[in-house]
Amino acid sequence: MSQKLEKLIDKKGLRLDGRKPEELRQIKIEVGIILNADCSAYIQQAKNKILAGVYGPRELHPKHLARPDRTVLRCRYHMAPFSVQERKSPAPSRRDIELSKVMREALEPSIFLEYYPRTGIDVFVEVLQADGGTRCASITAASLALADAGIPMRDLVVACAAGKIDNTVVLDLMDTEDKKGSADVPVALMPNFNAITLLQMDGILTHEEFEKAVNLALDGCKRIYVMQKEALKAKYESVKEVEE
Amino acid sequence: MPTFFERKQIVTPGDLLAEGTYVAGENTYKEENKIYASKLGLVEYQDKKVNVVALRAFYIPRLGDTVIGTIVDVGFNGWTVDINSPYLAILRASDVLGRPFRPQQNDLSEVLDVGDLVIAKIIAYDRAHDPQLTVGEPGLGKITRGQVAKITPTKIPRVIGRKGSMVSMIKEKTGCHIILGNNGVILITGKNVEDEQLAVMAIYKIEAESHTSGLTDRIAQMIEKKMQKEELKNESET
Repeated sequence: MSQKLEKLIDKKGLRLDGRKPEELRQIKIEVGIILNADCSAYIQQAKNKILAGVYGPRELHPKHLARPDRTVLRCRYHMAPFSVQERKSPAPSRRDIELSKVMREALEPSIFLEYYPRTGIDVFVEVLQADGGTRCASITAASLALADAGIPMRDLVVACAAGKIDNTVVLDLMDTEDKKGSADVPVALMPNFNAITLLQMDGILTHEEFEKAVNLALDGCKRIYVMQKEALKAKYESVKEVEE
Repeated sequence: MPTFFERKQIVTPGDLLAEGTYVAGENTYKEENKIYASKLGLVEYQDKKVNVVALRAFYIPRLGDTVIGTIVDVGFNGWTVDINSPYLAILRASDVLGRPFRPQQNDLSEVLDVGDLVIAKIIAYDRAHDPQLTVGEPGLGKITRGQVAKITPTKIPRVIGRKGSMVSMIKEKTGCHIILGNNGVILITGKNVEDEQLAVMAIYKIEAESHTSGLTDRIAQMIEKKMQKEELKNESET
């Protein structure tokens, strides 16, 4: 696969965008920027730009989907037509549907769904600009929006990917590295319990490499978790400062 | 038995609040002797109890709560009421009319129509059923005049203040009658629209600044200032 292209890691051991193998991309997180949704979050991870909005818990429609014993969590992952270089059809693709499911399953264990039976929570994630690792960034943003909406949760969920390029295990792949590299391992984590809620792999890794990739991704998750918490608190601390 | 935060610090879901023989209070949960936060809010340690005061919440009905709701549907033998909660409430026709009635003869929309506001009390609610309301007590029923303000339900106690200090101050200064719904909806009725609007403004100010100290005094000052301005304006007009 990799014979025709330039090296993904140069002689100094730096990647295409000048990062070290264990370095994350620049991350900016904001909470509560869309006023029409019950709560929202925005995450920018280098070129990734993702918005998440949450509604609920509210009465679920269509009603036959409601469960008598718990809340139904519905997720929608969607890429804007202008989010990638070649226009993407706005209709949900096979990939969009899969990622919606993956996101839901990553977030479900973190929420006390049994508290509000017969209701539904809707999570909408819109990818405005994509550059690899959007499923991880989406989970991170969606979890923040859920927490800010006042939904009872066991823990925040934070996600990060690791992968293999040019025979090196690296953290937080961007689009070109994902496409031209040889493997990608996204991981979602509930940091306070050390519980993994999402683990996928595409590509080929040896046992040792896989273990290394997972550990690297977990380490990345913990670093993003710190930023995630700060963003959540920042929304209310800024209010405090204005008044004082 | 350590605690891990100071009083009134902001915590996020999953934060470890205390370890040992503490009791999990509001918005917290216990797992293997450890108490964690389950909502974004401010921690409170009360003796052995650990509480989190949520910064944002939605209204979950409780028996005996007074709520202010909007009629959203008129049915054959009752109304459906939006009480600002994940669950819609039911108000039965027999409760409102206080007599037997025949759905074929009585047109319920003549009594209460879609869009009408009611003050009601919750008389039945559990996990399996939608909340049921009653208007059969003094002070309850259809709202005919006044203004409505909507705030986050968790901030209602702040609007009431310590032993009702905040709300009685606003009542006294503006001369308005104020009814607080536990669901975060507040009804204000006064002699004129200006007084009502002043009270509404004060309530929104309380909501935005609920986590700061010395709030009662500042709200009182604000109301007095506005009142003086109004008076000056009225004098210059006459």
